Amino acid sequence: MMPGKVLNVSVAHLSATVLLFSLLVGLSALIGLERQPRQFRTDPPVAAALNQLRLMPSGIGGAPPEIYFALDRPYEASAYDLSQGKRLYSWFGCASCHGDGRGGAGPSLLDGWWSYGPSVVAIAASIRDGRPRGMPAFHNRMTTDQIWQLAGYVKTIGAYSASLAAPSRNDDKHTRPAENRAPAAILFHEDLPAQPRSEQGPPP
Amino acid sequence: MKSTSALLLLALLVSGCTGAQSILNAEGHAAIELKELILWIICVCAVVWLLVMIALVSALVRQRDPDGGAISERKAAVAISGAVGATVLVITGLTITSFYTTRALSEASPAELTIDVTAQQWWWQFTYVDANPTRAFVTANELHIPVGKVARLRLKSSDVIHSFWVPSLAGKRDLIAGRENMLTLRAERPGIYRGQCAEFCGLQHSHMALFVIAEAQADYERWAERQRGVGAEPTEAEAVAGKAVFMAKQCAACHTIRGTKASGTTGPDLTHVGSRRTIAAGLLEITRGSLAAWIADPQTLKPGNNMPLVPLTGDELRQLAAYMESLR
Repeated sequence: MMPGKVLNVSVAHLSATVLLFSLLVGLSALIGLERQPRQFRTDPPVAAALNQLRLMPSGIGGAPPEIYFALDRPYEASAYDLSQGKRLYSWFGCASCHGDGRGGAGPSLLDGWWSYGPSVVAIAASIRDGRPRGMPAFHNRMTTDQIWQLAGYVKTIGAYSASLAAPSRNDDKHTRPAENRAPAAILFHEDLPAQPRSEQGPPP
Repeated sequence: MKSTSALLLLALLVSGCTGAQSILNAEGHAAIELKELILWIICVCAVVWLLVMIALVSALVRQRDPDGGAISERKAAVAISGAVGATVLVITGLTITSFYTTRALSEASPAELTIDVTAQQWWWQFTYVDANPTRAFVTANELHIPVGKVARLRLKSSDVIHSFWVPSLAGKRDLIAGRENMLTLRAERPGIYRGQCAEFCGLQHSHMALFVIAEAQADYERWAERQRGVGAEPTEAEAVAGKAVFMAKQCAACHTIRGTKASGTTGPDLTHVGSRRTIAAGLLEITRGSLAAWIADPQTLKPGNNMPLVPLTGDELRQLAAYMESLR
């Protein structure tokens, strides 16, 4: 038994651990510096292109404009745009009909039943042009950029899967699960088929 | 080279004393009390520092007793108790002075007018409260108060924590969402006092300024009477067209112009925007040009603020700027 050697080995272990630890700390600091870029200004030509919603003739479902994919679906994946969407949800009075997302005078946004399809472009079209049975058009009150921000946010309220991007927290008491925690999946059993509500009319 | 950098440093330090937004340029009741307190504390501390330095230097230069004689117990006791006594005296004195100053800050006389201040990212909304609701009015980023009168500010926030600070008039007070804080202002001399949000509140915190305009009672009354009125009906052809643009575009969804159908409440009230000194919370002086620049591209001038870029043609932009300028 040579105590000196044992000591040497443990010192080497210790210094290796310390080195590894500081490397990890340094690496995580580097990653932490990486910030999701925020796009504050949408160039007018981009906004005009984003306004080219391609809907199905029935007005139900459709494809987002090409530029939406070229921009990498910003309004569903960027925390800043989701936060702005959340702000717009309260500023433009969505809650007066849709409540916290569970509906009221207007239909629920998180019971899995989308009268005009679950795609973000259908939501954007509903906000922009309005829909029969009470949904007002917002195209003369909101810019294209804002309509997309709000549509992206509305989609997260009814999400069945958790999302990495989250809007800012509620200032008021939470009345339903947070947006990035798949509120629809938490609030409703996924195995039960969603029941259309009477005021939504017959399924299209 | 050395003298140049020393000069530059001096210029930088002295620029804090220009008085535009300085506690040393105290013109309000509370600010004067606070300035006197801090000057008094600085003087006392300077004397204490000087005495300590003298004691230390004299200890260094003092010739030691060559025989190495020990200091007598009595002498040491006198020195230590003297120092402790002086310390207690100074600290107690400063505490009492500070207490009386703090007490003097709160106004004993009842407030002449009450103003609701709502801070939001990144501007100030001022609601002049009146017992008669038809005489109440809303404005933004510019506070007018009569000289020598007590104005009571009820401070609220609609998003994050902000802080109301007009260094020449009073100390800071935070505005916190969900609660109401109080601050009283009393300007002793007429003038234009710049204020600033003093609690980091997000991207455009530095562009969240306000102006307090203290004026004679008659001038204040004239201003308030004008503010109570509805937005001026434009006469110039360009401004008339601008009004139509304002109502047709997204502007009216967020801004109010009393007397028109524009009644949005999320943006600043624009009923008398042309009479204000600055736009976008102290960002630019109001001229027809700066109004057009701001409307054309708010996200380049103040990135991240909540006013969107509304696409307009050149003509529409000119007309809108003319209309905004005419709202005096």
